[in-house]
Amino acid sequence: MSDVMPLVMPKWGLSMEEGTLTAWLVAEGDDIAKGQEVAEIETTKIANVLESPRPGHVRRLVAKVGDTLPVGALLAVLAPASVPEVDIDAFVAGFVAAAPAQEGEAAAIAEARFEHAGRPIAYKLAGAGQEGDPAVLVHGFGGDSDNWLFNIEALAAGRPVYAIDLPGHGHSTKQLDRGDIDEMASAVLALLDEAGLGRVHLVGHSLGAAVALETLARAPGRVASFAGLAPAGLAETVNADFINAFVAAEKRRDVKAALQHLFADPNLVSPAMIEGVQKYKRLEGAREALAAIAATSLPAGRQARLYRDLVAEARRPMLVIWGRNDAVLDPAAAEGLPDSVEVLRLDDVGHMPHMEAAAAVNEALARHFSKVGG
Amino acid sequence: MAKKTYRQAINEAIAQEMRRDHRVIVMGEDNAGGAGAPGESDAWGGVLGVTKGLQPEFGPDRVLDTPISESAFIGAAAGAAATGLRPVAELMFVDFMGVCFDQIFNQAAKFRYMFGGKAVTPLVVRTMYGAGLRAASQHSQCLYPIFTHIPGLKVVLPSTPYEAKGLMIQAIRDDDPVIFFEHKALYDETGDVPDESYTIPFGEANLTREGGDVTIVAFGRMVGFANQAADELKREGIGVTVIDPRTTSPLDTETILDSVGETGRLVVVDEAHPRCSMAADIARLVAEEAFGALKSPIRTITPPHTPVPFSPALEDLYIPSAVHIRDVARSLVKA
Repeated sequence: MSDVMPLVMPKWGLSMEEGTLTAWLVAEGDDIAKGQEVAEIETTKIANVLESPRPGHVRRLVAKVGDTLPVGALLAVLAPASVPEVDIDAFVAGFVAAAPAQEGEAAAIAEARFEHAGRPIAYKLAGAGQEGDPAVLVHGFGGDSDNWLFNIEALAAGRPVYAIDLPGHGHSTKQLDRGDIDEMASAVLALLDEAGLGRVHLVGHSLGAAVALETLARAPGRVASFAGLAPAGLAETVNADFINAFVAAEKRRDVKAALQHLFADPNLVSPAMIEGVQKYKRLEGAREALAAIAATSLPAGRQARLYRDLVAEARRPMLVIWGRNDAVLDPAAAEGLPDSVEVLRLDDVGHMPHMEAAAAVNEALARHFSKVGG
Repeated sequence: MAKKTYRQAINEAIAQEMRRDHRVIVMGEDNAGGAGAPGESDAWGGVLGVTKGLQPEFGPDRVLDTPISESAFIGAAAGAAATGLRPVAELMFVDFMGVCFDQIFNQAAKFRYMFGGKAVTPLVVRTMYGAGLRAASQHSQCLYPIFTHIPGLKVVLPSTPYEAKGLMIQAIRDDDPVIFFEHKALYDETGDVPDESYTIPFGEANLTREGGDVTIVAFGRMVGFANQAADELKREGIGVTVIDPRTTSPLDTETILDSVGETGRLVVVDEAHPRCSMAADIARLVAEEAFGALKSPIRTITPPHTPVPFSPALEDLYIPSAVHIRDVARSLVKA
């Protein structure tokens, strides 16, 4: 029976308790590779593709399209063709779903807040107490630490992972002095001080990558490596129509249209994602904060700060990940970087590679972190 | 994010607005409770405890217990609103509103119109509604259609703790009279509610589920039942969009018409009596504006045209259920 392996409902993020199977992308009898897309699954947060965690031969598709199943429930059975049907039956009958996340596991992601210059900065922490150099995740314009829901737990295997809510975002202060990259980098440095982190891996998405690079420029001794996902700071251009539409959108329909620019597959924009952005924008001061950040960090539809030289001369592991279908920041900005910078380009992925291709991004980041001793 | 009850969400909204704006006051029967009885101050906080804790923080000048004289204190609140305060008055059960209709319909609702826009009436009237608490026919009605009928009033029906807080803050900041309906059976429901202040605009519906086969419009407590029905139907392969209009006046007609344009099927779920109800109103809207999109007859789900029964067995049958909503929605798609 050891050749018989289950494929189970994944757990994408802290709040996911169940998912709905919306499509099978493989059939019984198929041979599949590790990382191959096998099923489409929808949660209240997002629709996404399940990638097989292992190679194998699909013997049985247990779950039916439309089934809503708890995390850990059996979706399919992988086994060599030589395993008799009766053994597959026995495996399905005897399968006990791994206990869903209990309170102990839920506590694995902690939410915390501290005061920086008299204003609250919120962050999430996973993998507390682990040995490796911590990773600090910095979201992009208009996002928050929830953008890392498919990454934070995977990356926390072996190291603590901190995900900040930048000033003006999430549950951090909506009062800004200027809303520029300096102010946001100061908050990242304050988090390093607050949490007592000596040396960290910085991971930034979009505008958050420019914030991470500013952090690197100011405190090079505290940065073990840098990874930028669809990073700002490498070229002047930005899709100003998207920024303007995102800042202006209040009604559901407008928010949805703006969010669809973020993904190669617009169907990934779920009702819960739209509602999440609306909820953020309704918070007192949030809309003013967004407008201020757009005005100072992305003035007149251009990026205010470029860090190309810093990236080229950083003398530590530098990784850039970009979706080829990014409609917000042009992936051409990754061209012409020196060989010291690893560039990973992803097909059929838009501006949110960490959501749209979470498994590939998590794997690349884990490999990237391992280039440094910790 | 912090989990809070519907009751806590409303309390927090009022408290935050009272801290922000000294013109906000609270008044109603036993809103603090124990007035004049030493050692008993803040004994009640309203009959189901929503305003508890406000009087100790804001004092008896801003949290007033009133006599059992609805037309007097609702009239006083309307007058206070017209002259510069922003009162949040509680009229316990909406069933009792009849004794002060004149103050609401002929005074508060008319000031802006009668004075050519020069007068504003930033009044919030909080009131409890709905069946399910074994409280019989004079304490269980859903009279929001009556208020929706009156131009000049805004009518709000929060369906969750999140909506309750954001809509209450919006109601207090609004310059027109707002009738804020709190469903008694929702007070202990919990949900994610931000600690920060936020507002939800009036007249902006929420889509709590999205699907392509049938549109369900539901109000207040019925939204949760419609969601349950939608989740069950999804497992059967039927896609349901659930629309929570959040406010009946103003009403987000655009979202309803857009959705029916996509699904071609409409079910309206309303806990009010069927005649002259929101169910009837929305059926009329869609029949007039989107008839060509309809693939099946419009269906409305309401209690029967009777008083709310006191018999528990009958009361349970009286209230629209998730199972009934599911069966009606399914019958439209499978027809």
